[in-house]
Amino acid sequence: MTRNLVVAGFGGQGVMLLGQILALAATEKQLNATWLPSYGPEQRGGTANCTVVISDEEIGSPVVDKPMYTIIMNNPSMEKFEKMVEPNGTVILNSTLITMEPKRTDVNYLKVPANELAEQAGSQRSANMVMLGVIGWLWKDIFTLEELEQAMVEKVGDKRPQLVETNKKAIELGYEFAKNII
Amino acid sequence: MSERILMKGNEAVGEAAVRAGCRLYFGYPITPASEIAEYMAYRLPQVGGTFIQAESELAASNMVYGAAAAGKYAMTASSSPGISLMQEALSYMAGAEVPGLFVDAVRGGPGLGDIQAAQSDYFQLTKGGGHGDYHLIVFAPYTIQEVINIMPIAFETAFKYRNPVVIAIDGLIGQMMEAVEFPYFVNPDEVPLPNWALSGKFRHGYKKNVNTSLELDPEKLEAINWRLQAKYHEIEEKEPRYDYVGVEAPETLVVAYGTVARVTMSALKKMLAEGKSIGLFRPITIWPFPGKALAQKAVNAKRIVVLEMSAGQMIEDVKLNVFDPNKEYEFHGHPGGTTFTPSEIEQILRG
Repeated sequence: MTRNLVVAGFGGQGVMLLGQILALAATEKQLNATWLPSYGPEQRGGTANCTVVISDEEIGSPVVDKPMYTIIMNNPSMEKFEKMVEPNGTVILNSTLITMEPKRTDVNYLKVPANELAEQAGSQRSANMVMLGVIGWLWKDIFTLEELEQAMVEKVGDKRPQLVETNKKAIELGYEFAKNII
Repeated sequence: MSERILMKGNEAVGEAAVRAGCRLYFGYPITPASEIAEYMAYRLPQVGGTFIQAESELAASNMVYGAAAAGKYAMTASSSPGISLMQEALSYMAGAEVPGLFVDAVRGGPGLGDIQAAQSDYFQLTKGGGHGDYHLIVFAPYTIQEVINIMPIAFETAFKYRNPVVIAIDGLIGQMMEAVEFPYFVNPDEVPLPNWALSGKFRHGYKKNVNTSLELDPEKLEAINWRLQAKYHEIEEKEPRYDYVGVEAPETLVVAYGTVARVTMSALKKMLAEGKSIGLFRPITIWPFPGKALAQKAVNAKRIVVLEMSAGQMIEDVKLNVFDPNKEYEFHGHPGGTTFTPSEIEQILRG
Protein backbone atom coordinates (compact mmCIF):
# COMPACT_ATOMS: atom_id res chain seq x y z
CA MET A 1 0.00 0.00 0.00
CA THR A 2 1.40 3.36 -1.05
CA ARG A 3 -0.57 6.61 -1.17
CA ASN A 4 0.55 10.04 -2.14
CA LEU A 5 -1.08 13.42 -1.87
CA VAL A 6 -0.30 17.00 -2.76
CA VAL A 7 -1.93 19.73 -0.67
CA ALA A 8 -1.84 23.21 -2.19
CA GLY A 9 -3.25 26.61 -1.32
CA PHE A 10 -2.46 30.08 0.01
CA GLY A 11 0.17 30.45 2.71
CA GLY A 12 -1.89 30.72 5.90
CA GLN A 13 -4.57 28.22 4.88
CA GLY A 14 -2.81 25.51 6.83
CA VAL A 15 -1.86 23.27 3.91
CA MET A 16 1.51 22.42 5.50
CA LEU A 17 -0.15 21.51 8.79
CA LEU A 18 -2.72 19.30 7.07
CA GLY A 19 0.08 17.31 5.41
CA GLN A 20 2.07 17.07 8.63
CA ILE A 21 -0.91 15.69 10.53
CA LEU A 22 -1.35 12.93 7.94
CA ALA A 23 2.36 12.09 8.05
CA LEU A 24 2.26 12.06 11.85
CA ALA A 25 -0.82 9.81 11.92
CA ALA A 26 0.99 7.40 9.59
CA THR A 27 4.13 7.44 11.75
CA GLU A 28 2.07 6.59 14.83
CA LYS A 29 0.63 3.62 12.95
CA GLN A 30 4.18 2.33 12.29
CA LEU A 31 3.82 3.15 8.61
CA ASN A 32 6.51 4.98 6.66
CA ALA A 33 5.78 8.59 5.84
CA THR A 34 7.49 11.51 4.14
CA TRP A 35 6.35 15.12 4.16
CA LEU A 36 7.98 17.42 1.65
CA PRO A 37 7.24 21.15 1.73
CA SER A 38 7.68 23.64 -1.03
CA TYR A 39 10.04 26.10 0.55
CA GLY A 40 11.41 29.41 -0.53
CA PRO A 41 10.95 33.09 0.16
CA GLU A 42 7.27 32.43 0.82
CA GLN A 43 4.81 34.36 2.93
CA ARG A 44 1.19 34.64 4.01
CA GLY A 45 -0.91 35.12 0.89
CA GLY A 46 1.65 33.46 -1.43
CA THR A 47 1.16 29.91 -2.64
CA ALA A 48 2.34 26.96 -0.59
CA ASN A 49 2.19 23.23 -1.09
CA CYS A 50 3.39 20.01 0.40
CA THR A 51 3.65 16.40 -0.71
CA VAL A 52 2.88 13.48 1.58
CA VAL A 53 3.77 9.86 0.85
CA ILE A 54 2.52 7.09 3.11
CA SER A 55 3.49 3.46 2.65
CA ASP A 56 3.93 0.14 4.41
CA GLU A 57 7.06 -0.31 2.28
CA GLU A 58 10.25 1.72 2.13
CA ILE A 59 9.44 5.04 0.47
CA GLY A 60 11.31 5.79 -2.76
CA SER A 61 10.93 9.30 -4.05
CA PRO A 62 9.43 11.85 -1.65
CA VAL A 63 9.06 14.02 -4.78
CA VAL A 64 5.82 13.24 -6.59
CA ASP A 65 5.01 14.79 -9.96
CA LYS A 66 1.82 12.82 -10.68
CA PRO A 67 -0.05 12.65 -7.38
CA MET A 68 -2.85 10.13 -6.82
CA TYR A 69 -4.68 12.64 -4.64
CA THR A 70 -4.63 16.43 -4.45
CA ILE A 71 -6.32 18.83 -2.10
CA ILE A 72 -6.59 22.23 -3.77
CA MET A 73 -7.56 25.21 -1.67
CA ASN A 74 -7.53 28.16 -4.11
CA ASN A 75 -7.57 29.22 -7.79
CA PRO A 76 -3.81 29.72 -8.31
CA SER A 77 -3.17 26.19 -6.99
CA MET A 78 -5.94 24.84 -9.23
CA GLU A 79 -4.12 26.38 -12.18
CA LYS A 80 -0.87 24.69 -11.19
CA PHE A 81 -1.88 21.29 -9.81
CA GLU A 82 -5.05 20.19 -11.63
CA LYS A 83 -3.01 19.17 -14.68
CA MET A 84 -0.48 17.17 -12.64
CA VAL A 85 -2.89 14.67 -11.12
CA GLU A 86 -2.45 11.07 -12.25
CA PRO A 87 -5.16 9.79 -14.62
CA ASN A 88 -8.01 8.30 -12.52
CA GLY A 89 -6.67 10.32 -9.60
CA THR A 90 -8.78 12.40 -7.24
CA VAL A 91 -8.96 16.18 -7.00
CA ILE A 92 -10.49 17.46 -3.80
CA LEU A 93 -11.21 21.12 -4.34
CA ASN A 94 -12.35 23.87 -2.03
CA SER A 95 -15.52 24.97 -3.80
CA THR A 96 -15.97 27.96 -1.45
CA LEU A 97 -12.95 29.71 -2.96
CA ILE A 98 -12.32 28.01 -6.30
CA THR A 99 -14.29 29.61 -9.12
CA MET A 100 -12.42 27.93 -11.96
CA GLU A 101 -14.27 25.17 -13.78
CA PRO A 102 -12.63 21.74 -13.70
CA LYS A 103 -10.94 21.03 -17.04
CA ARG A 104 -10.20 17.32 -17.04
CA THR A 105 -12.37 14.34 -17.84
CA ASP A 106 -9.95 11.63 -16.66
CA VAL A 107 -9.88 12.46 -12.95
CA ASN A 108 -12.47 12.42 -10.17
CA TYR A 109 -13.49 15.76 -8.70
CA LEU A 110 -14.77 16.16 -5.20
CA LYS A 111 -16.13 19.64 -4.57
CA VAL A 112 -16.05 20.45 -0.88
CA PRO A 113 -17.31 23.79 0.49
CA ALA A 114 -14.46 23.74 2.98
CA ASN A 115 -14.69 27.31 4.28
CA GLU A 116 -18.46 27.08 4.76
CA LEU A 117 -18.21 23.81 6.65
CA ALA A 118 -15.36 25.22 8.71
CA GLU A 119 -17.51 28.22 9.57
CA GLN A 120 -20.17 25.81 10.83
CA ALA A 121 -17.51 24.18 12.97
CA GLY A 122 -16.65 27.52 14.47
CA SER A 123 -13.92 29.11 12.37
CA GLN A 124 -13.12 29.51 8.67
CA ARG A 125 -9.50 28.90 9.63
CA SER A 126 -10.33 25.24 10.08
CA ALA A 127 -11.03 24.73 6.35
CA ASN A 128 -7.87 22.62 6.22
CA MET A 129 -9.30 20.35 8.92
CA VAL A 130 -12.48 19.88 6.88
CA MET A 131 -10.23 18.61 4.09
CA LEU A 132 -8.42 16.35 6.54
CA GLY A 133 -11.81 14.84 7.37
CA VAL A 134 -12.54 14.32 3.66
CA ILE A 135 -9.24 12.50 3.09
CA GLY A 136 -9.97 10.58 6.29
CA TRP A 137 -13.10 9.15 4.68
CA LEU A 138 -11.28 8.40 1.41
CA TRP A 139 -8.44 6.71 3.30
CA LYS A 140 -10.59 4.97 5.89
CA ASP A 141 -8.76 1.77 5.02
CA ILE A 142 -5.65 3.32 6.60
CA PHE A 143 -6.85 5.63 9.38
CA THR A 144 -9.78 5.81 11.72
CA LEU A 145 -11.32 9.20 12.38
CA GLU A 146 -10.03 8.98 15.95
CA GLU A 147 -6.45 8.39 14.77
CA LEU A 148 -6.54 11.52 12.61
CA GLU A 149 -8.05 13.55 15.45
CA GLN A 150 -5.40 12.24 17.81
CA ALA A 151 -2.62 13.29 15.41
CA MET A 152 -4.25 16.73 15.09
CA VAL A 153 -4.34 17.12 18.88
CA GLU A 154 -0.69 16.10 19.10
CA LYS A 155 0.27 18.63 16.46
CA VAL A 156 -1.73 21.69 17.56
CA GLY A 157 -2.84 20.84 21.10
CA ASP A 158 0.15 22.27 22.97
CA LYS A 159 0.42 25.48 21.04
CA ARG A 160 -3.25 26.27 20.50
CA PRO A 161 -5.47 24.18 22.80
CA GLN A 162 -8.40 26.52 22.07
CA LEU A 163 -8.47 25.26 18.45
CA VAL A 164 -8.77 21.57 19.30
CA GLU A 165 -12.56 21.46 19.64
CA THR A 166 -13.21 23.53 16.49
CA ASN A 167 -10.73 21.41 14.55
CA LYS A 168 -12.31 18.16 15.72
CA LYS A 169 -15.72 19.41 14.66
CA ALA A 170 -14.32 20.50 11.28
CA ILE A 171 -12.68 17.09 10.73
CA GLU A 172 -15.97 15.38 11.55
CA LEU A 173 -17.96 17.68 9.23
CA GLY A 174 -15.53 16.93 6.38
CA TYR A 175 -15.71 13.20 7.10
CA GLU A 176 -19.53 13.23 7.09
CA PHE A 177 -19.65 15.39 3.96
CA ALA A 178 -17.43 12.95 2.05
CA LYS A 179 -19.41 9.97 3.33
CA ASN A 180 -22.65 11.50 2.05
CA ILE A 181 -21.50 12.49 -1.43
CA ILE A 182 -19.44 9.39 -2.29
CA MET B 1 14.16 -0.50 20.54
CA SER B 2 13.99 3.22 19.99
CA GLU B 3 10.82 5.08 19.24
CA ARG B 4 9.89 6.12 15.72
CA ILE B 5 9.14 9.80 15.38
CA LEU B 6 8.25 12.19 12.58
CA MET B 7 11.11 14.63 12.31
CA LYS B 8 12.43 17.33 10.00
CA GLY B 9 15.75 16.53 8.34
CA ASN B 10 17.65 19.50 9.72
CA GLU B 11 16.41 18.80 13.25
CA ALA B 12 17.39 15.16 12.84
CA VAL B 13 20.93 16.29 11.94
CA GLY B 14 21.09 18.12 15.27
CA GLU B 15 19.56 15.33 17.33
CA ALA B 16 21.80 12.73 15.69
CA ALA B 17 24.89 14.81 16.48
CA VAL B 18 23.85 15.17 20.12
CA ARG B 19 23.25 11.43 20.36
CA ALA B 20 26.58 10.73 18.67
CA GLY B 21 28.26 12.58 21.54
CA CYS B 22 28.69 16.09 20.13
CA ARG B 23 28.25 18.87 22.72
CA LEU B 24 29.88 21.75 20.84
CA TYR B 25 28.17 23.59 18.01
CA PHE B 26 29.32 26.80 16.37
CA GLY B 27 27.01 28.19 13.75
CA TYR B 28 26.05 30.99 11.48
CA PRO B 29 22.60 30.88 9.87
CA ILE B 30 21.92 30.33 6.17
CA THR B 31 18.97 28.84 4.30
CA PRO B 32 18.43 25.90 3.97
CA ALA B 33 20.62 24.87 6.93
CA SER B 34 19.47 27.32 9.61
CA GLU B 35 17.23 24.90 11.51
CA ILE B 36 20.31 22.82 12.39
CA ALA B 37 21.68 25.77 14.40
CA GLU B 38 18.21 26.58 15.71
CA TYR B 39 17.74 23.03 16.95
CA MET B 40 21.20 22.94 18.57
CA ALA B 41 20.54 26.27 20.32
CA TYR B 42 17.49 24.60 21.88
CA ARG B 43 18.92 21.14 22.45
CA LEU B 44 22.53 21.59 23.59
CA PRO B 45 21.75 23.47 26.84
CA GLN B 46 19.54 20.50 27.85
CA VAL B 47 22.53 18.14 27.75
CA GLY B 48 25.17 20.47 29.16
CA GLY B 49 26.55 21.38 25.74
CA THR B 50 27.58 24.71 24.27
CA PHE B 51 25.99 26.51 21.35
CA ILE B 52 27.62 29.62 20.00
CA GLN B 53 26.16 31.78 17.27
CA ALA B 54 29.32 33.05 15.63
CA GLU B 55 29.69 36.43 13.92
CA SER B 56 30.46 34.83 10.55
CA GLU B 57 31.14 31.52 8.82
CA LEU B 58 34.87 32.21 9.16
CA ALA B 59 34.49 32.51 12.90
CA ALA B 60 32.21 29.48 13.21
CA SER B 61 34.55 27.21 11.26
CA ASN B 62 37.62 28.34 13.18
CA MET B 63 35.75 27.82 16.47
CA VAL B 64 35.25 24.21 15.36
CA TYR B 65 39.00 24.06 14.64
CA GLY B 66 39.79 25.31 18.15
CA ALA B 67 37.29 23.11 19.97
CA ALA B 68 38.26 20.01 18.02
CA ALA B 69 41.97 20.71 18.68
CA ALA B 70 41.06 20.19 22.33
CA GLY B 71 40.05 16.65 21.39
CA LYS B 72 36.25 17.04 21.53
CA TYR B 73 33.50 16.32 19.03
CA ALA B 74 32.66 19.71 17.51
CA MET B 75 30.61 20.72 14.50
CA THR B 76 29.06 23.40 12.38
CA ALA B 77 26.60 23.41 9.50
CA SER B 78 26.09 25.73 6.60
CA SER B 79 25.09 25.82 2.97
CA SER B 80 27.17 26.23 -0.17
CA PRO B 81 28.14 29.96 -0.02
CA GLY B 82 28.84 29.57 3.68
CA ILE B 83 30.88 26.42 3.09
CA SER B 84 32.97 28.39 0.57
CA LEU B 85 33.79 30.82 3.36
CA MET B 86 34.88 27.90 5.57
CA GLN B 87 37.48 26.56 3.13
CA GLU B 88 40.36 28.26 4.91
CA ALA B 89 39.54 26.55 8.20
CA LEU B 90 39.06 23.21 6.43
CA SER B 91 42.49 23.46 4.80
CA TYR B 92 44.12 24.42 8.11
CA MET B 93 42.38 21.57 9.93
CA ALA B 94 43.44 19.08 7.27
CA GLY B 95 47.02 20.39 7.52
CA ALA B 96 47.04 20.34 11.32
CA GLU B 97 45.18 17.01 11.35
CA VAL B 98 42.29 18.23 13.46
CA PRO B 99 39.01 16.30 13.10
CA GLY B 100 35.66 18.07 13.00
CA LEU B 101 32.25 17.74 11.42
CA PHE B 102 30.87 20.09 8.78
CA VAL B 103 27.36 19.66 7.39
CA ASP B 104 26.76 21.20 3.95
CA ALA B 105 23.12 21.59 2.93
CA VAL B 106 24.06 22.14 -0.70
CA ARG B 107 22.08 24.82 -2.57
CA GLY B 108 22.08 26.10 -6.13
CA GLY B 109 25.13 28.10 -7.24
CA PRO B 110 27.46 29.58 -8.30
CA GLY B 111 27.72 32.69 -6.14
CA LEU B 112 24.76 33.39 -3.92
CA GLY B 113 22.66 31.23 -6.27
CA ASP B 114 19.34 30.20 -4.79
CA ILE B 115 18.15 28.23 -1.76
CA GLN B 116 16.86 25.08 -3.45
CA ALA B 117 18.41 21.60 -3.35
CA ALA B 118 21.54 21.04 -5.47
CA GLN B 119 24.66 18.87 -5.75
CA SER B 120 26.99 21.36 -7.38
CA ASP B 121 29.44 21.43 -4.44
CA TYR B 122 30.77 18.00 -5.44
CA PHE B 123 34.05 19.32 -6.86
CA GLN B 124 34.59 21.65 -3.93
CA LEU B 125 33.92 18.95 -1.35
CA THR B 126 35.70 16.01 -2.95
CA LYS B 127 38.66 17.63 -4.68
CA GLY B 128 39.58 20.00 -1.87
CA GLY B 129 38.05 23.48 -2.02
CA GLY B 130 40.82 25.07 0.00
CA HIS B 131 44.55 25.30 -0.73
CA GLY B 132 47.08 22.51 -0.47
CA ASP B 133 47.14 18.77 -1.09
CA TYR B 134 44.38 17.50 1.15
CA HIS B 135 41.11 15.62 1.14
CA LEU B 136 37.95 15.79 3.19
CA ILE B 137 36.00 12.63 3.96
CA VAL B 138 32.54 13.27 2.51
CA PHE B 139 29.36 11.33 3.27
CA ALA B 140 26.29 11.89 1.07
CA PRO B 141 23.27 10.23 2.69
CA TYR B 142 20.02 9.94 0.73
CA THR B 143 17.35 9.75 3.44
CA ILE B 144 16.94 11.34 6.86
CA GLN B 145 17.36 7.90 8.44
CA GLU B 146 20.67 7.47 6.65
CA VAL B 147 21.81 10.88 7.95
CA ILE B 148 21.08 9.56 11.44
CA ASN B 149 22.82 6.25 10.85
CA ILE B 150 25.93 7.94 9.46
CA MET B 151 26.36 10.58 12.17
CA PRO B 152 28.27 8.48 14.76
CA ILE B 153 30.35 6.93 11.96
CA ALA B 154 31.18 10.43 10.70
CA PHE B 155 32.56 11.54 14.07
CA GLU B 156 34.41 8.27 14.63
CA THR B 157 35.96 8.40 11.16
CA ALA B 158 37.01 12.02 11.65
CA PHE B 159 38.79 11.12 14.89
CA LYS B 160 40.21 7.85 13.61
CA TYR B 161 42.00 9.65 10.76
CA ARG B 162 42.31 13.09 12.42
CA ASN B 163 40.65 14.68 9.42
CA PRO B 164 37.66 16.96 8.87
CA VAL B 165 34.52 15.16 7.69
CA VAL B 166 31.61 16.60 5.72
CA ILE B 167 28.06 15.30 5.59
CA ALA B 168 26.59 16.65 2.36
CA ILE B 169 22.82 16.95 2.32
CA ASP B 170 20.57 19.42 0.53
CA GLY B 171 17.55 21.58 1.22
CA LEU B 172 15.19 18.79 0.30
CA ILE B 173 16.58 16.40 2.91
CA GLY B 174 16.86 19.26 5.40
CA GLN B 175 13.34 20.62 4.98
CA MET B 176 11.36 17.40 4.59
CA MET B 177 9.96 15.33 7.46
CA GLU B 178 10.14 11.58 7.73
CA ALA B 179 9.40 8.81 10.21
CA VAL B 180 12.80 8.03 11.76
CA GLU B 181 14.44 6.43 14.77
CA PHE B 182 17.67 7.05 16.67
CA PRO B 183 19.17 3.68 17.58
CA TYR B 184 22.07 5.04 19.70
CA PHE B 185 23.03 7.47 22.45
CA VAL B 186 26.76 8.00 23.03
CA ASN B 187 27.82 9.43 26.37
CA PRO B 188 30.48 12.05 25.52
CA ASP B 189 32.26 11.36 28.82
CA GLU B 190 32.98 7.88 27.53
CA VAL B 191 34.66 9.13 24.36
CA PRO B 192 38.37 8.94 25.28
CA LEU B 193 40.41 12.12 24.97
CA PRO B 194 42.93 11.52 22.16
CA ASN B 195 46.62 11.74 23.06
CA TRP B 196 47.14 14.58 20.58
CA ALA B 197 44.51 16.79 22.20
CA LEU B 198 45.44 20.24 23.48
CA SER B 199 43.87 19.49 26.82
CA GLY B 200 45.54 22.28 28.80
CA LYS B 201 46.62 19.68 31.34
CA PHE B 202 50.30 19.30 30.48
CA ARG B 203 51.35 20.93 33.77
CA HIS B 204 49.55 18.09 35.54
CA GLY B 205 51.67 15.34 34.05
CA TYR B 206 49.99 15.13 30.65
CA LYS B 207 52.00 15.21 27.46
CA LYS B 208 52.60 18.67 26.00
CA ASN B 209 51.14 18.80 22.50
CA VAL B 210 51.71 21.27 19.72
CA ASN B 211 49.20 21.59 16.93
CA THR B 212 49.93 23.57 13.80
CA SER B 213 49.73 23.44 10.03
CA LEU B 214 52.84 25.64 9.74
CA GLU B 215 56.19 24.11 8.76
CA LEU B 216 58.65 26.52 7.20
CA ASP B 217 61.31 23.92 6.41
CA PRO B 218 60.26 22.73 2.93
CA GLU B 219 61.86 19.31 3.30
CA LYS B 220 60.01 18.70 6.53
CA LEU B 221 56.79 19.95 4.94
CA GLU B 222 57.29 17.59 2.02
CA ALA B 223 57.69 14.71 4.47
CA ILE B 224 54.49 15.80 6.24
CA ASN B 225 52.69 15.90 2.91
CA TRP B 226 53.81 12.37 2.02
CA ARG B 227 52.63 11.18 5.41
CA LEU B 228 49.25 12.85 4.79
CA GLN B 229 49.05 11.25 1.36
CA ALA B 230 49.69 7.84 2.88
CA LYS B 231 46.80 8.51 5.23
CA TYR B 232 44.50 9.52 2.34
CA HIS B 233 45.56 6.39 0.49
CA GLU B 234 44.62 4.27 3.51
CA ILE B 235 41.23 6.04 3.66
CA GLU B 236 40.70 5.33 -0.04
CA GLU B 237 41.42 1.66 0.62
CA LYS B 238 39.32 1.22 3.75
CA GLU B 239 36.52 3.74 3.88
CA PRO B 240 34.56 3.85 0.58
CA ARG B 241 30.89 3.12 1.16
CA TYR B 242 28.16 2.50 -1.38
CA ASP B 243 24.82 0.88 -1.88
CA TYR B 244 23.65 -1.09 -4.89
CA VAL B 245 20.11 -2.03 -5.88
CA GLY B 246 19.52 -4.03 -9.03
CA VAL B 247 20.41 -7.13 -10.96
CA GLU B 248 23.89 -8.62 -10.89
CA ALA B 249 26.01 -7.19 -13.77
CA PRO B 250 23.29 -5.01 -15.35
CA GLU B 251 23.21 -3.76 -18.94
CA THR B 252 22.19 -0.29 -17.77
CA LEU B 253 24.01 1.01 -14.72
CA VAL B 254 22.68 4.18 -13.11
CA VAL B 255 25.00 6.18 -10.87
CA ALA B 256 23.48 8.76 -8.53
CA TYR B 257 23.86 9.85 -4.90
CA GLY B 258 21.86 11.71 -2.28
CA THR B 259 18.43 13.05 -3.19
CA VAL B 260 18.79 12.12 -6.87
CA ALA B 261 19.40 8.48 -5.93
CA ARG B 262 16.29 8.51 -3.80
CA VAL B 263 14.11 9.98 -6.55
CA THR B 264 15.58 7.33 -8.88
CA MET B 265 14.46 4.49 -6.58
CA SER B 266 10.80 4.76 -7.63
CA ALA B 267 11.48 4.33 -11.36
CA LEU B 268 14.18 1.73 -10.70
CA LYS B 269 11.90 -0.55 -8.68
CA LYS B 270 9.25 -0.32 -11.36
CA MET B 271 11.73 -1.37 -14.06
CA LEU B 272 13.24 -4.14 -11.95
CA ALA B 273 9.77 -5.54 -11.44
CA GLU B 274 9.42 -5.62 -15.24
CA GLY B 275 12.59 -7.72 -15.41
CA LYS B 276 14.84 -5.04 -16.95
CA SER B 277 18.60 -5.48 -16.69
CA ILE B 278 19.28 -2.38 -14.64
CA GLY B 279 20.85 -1.33 -11.36
CA LEU B 280 21.50 1.79 -9.27
CA PHE B 281 24.98 2.30 -7.86
CA ARG B 282 24.80 4.86 -5.08
CA PRO B 283 28.02 6.22 -3.56
CA ILE B 284 27.45 6.88 0.16
CA THR B 285 30.93 8.37 0.47
CA ILE B 286 31.71 10.67 -2.45
CA TRP B 287 35.29 10.92 -1.15
CA PRO B 288 36.69 8.35 -0.89
CA PHE B 289 34.83 7.50 -4.11
CA PRO B 290 33.85 3.79 -4.22
CA GLY B 291 35.52 3.43 -7.61
CA LYS B 292 36.61 -0.21 -7.41
CA ALA B 293 33.12 -1.40 -6.52
CA LEU B 294 31.66 0.77 -9.27
CA ALA B 295 34.06 -0.68 -11.85
CA GLN B 296 33.01 -4.21 -10.84
CA LYS B 297 29.30 -3.41 -11.21
CA ALA B 298 29.98 -1.78 -14.58
CA VAL B 299 31.75 -4.77 -16.13
CA ASN B 300 28.84 -5.86 -18.34
CA ALA B 301 27.12 -2.48 -18.61
CA LYS B 302 26.72 -1.12 -22.11
CA ARG B 303 25.10 2.07 -20.91
CA ILE B 304 26.13 4.08 -17.86
CA VAL B 305 23.68 6.79 -16.85
CA VAL B 306 24.88 9.45 -14.42
CA LEU B 307 22.28 11.67 -12.80
CA GLU B 308 23.25 14.72 -10.74
CA MET B 309 21.71 17.96 -9.58
CA SER B 310 24.66 19.76 -11.14
CA ALA B 311 26.01 20.31 -14.64
CA GLY B 312 28.09 17.12 -14.33
CA GLN B 313 30.72 16.72 -11.63
CA MET B 314 30.63 13.18 -10.24
CA ILE B 315 30.58 11.86 -13.81
CA GLU B 316 34.32 12.63 -13.97
CA ASP B 317 34.97 10.16 -11.14
CA VAL B 318 32.66 7.64 -12.78
CA LYS B 319 34.62 7.76 -16.05
CA LEU B 320 37.96 7.78 -14.24
CA ASN B 321 37.09 4.60 -12.37
CA VAL B 322 35.19 2.64 -15.01
CA PHE B 323 37.89 3.59 -17.52
CA ASP B 324 36.31 1.98 -20.55
CA PRO B 325 35.89 4.23 -23.60
CA ASN B 326 33.74 1.60 -25.34
CA LYS B 327 30.84 2.09 -22.97
CA GLU B 328 28.12 4.61 -23.60
CA TYR B 329 28.14 7.37 -20.97
CA GLU B 330 25.00 9.39 -20.59
CA PHE B 331 24.66 12.41 -18.34
CA HIS B 332 21.50 14.16 -17.21
CA GLY B 333 21.73 17.09 -14.87
CA HIS B 334 19.77 19.77 -13.08
CA PRO B 335 22.06 22.64 -12.14
CA GLY B 336 20.74 25.62 -10.23
CA GLY B 337 18.30 24.17 -7.72
CA THR B 338 15.70 22.32 -9.77
CA THR B 339 15.05 18.67 -8.91
CA PHE B 340 14.48 15.58 -11.03
CA THR B 341 10.95 14.20 -10.93
CA PRO B 342 10.25 10.45 -10.81
CA SER B 343 8.56 10.53 -14.26
CA GLU B 344 11.50 12.36 -15.78
CA ILE B 345 13.93 9.76 -14.45
CA GLU B 346 11.72 6.92 -15.64
CA GLN B 347 11.73 8.45 -19.13
CA ILE B 348 15.52 8.81 -19.06
CA LEU B 349 16.08 5.24 -17.90
CA ARG B 350 13.74 3.80 -20.51
CA GLY B 351 15.96 5.61 -23.05
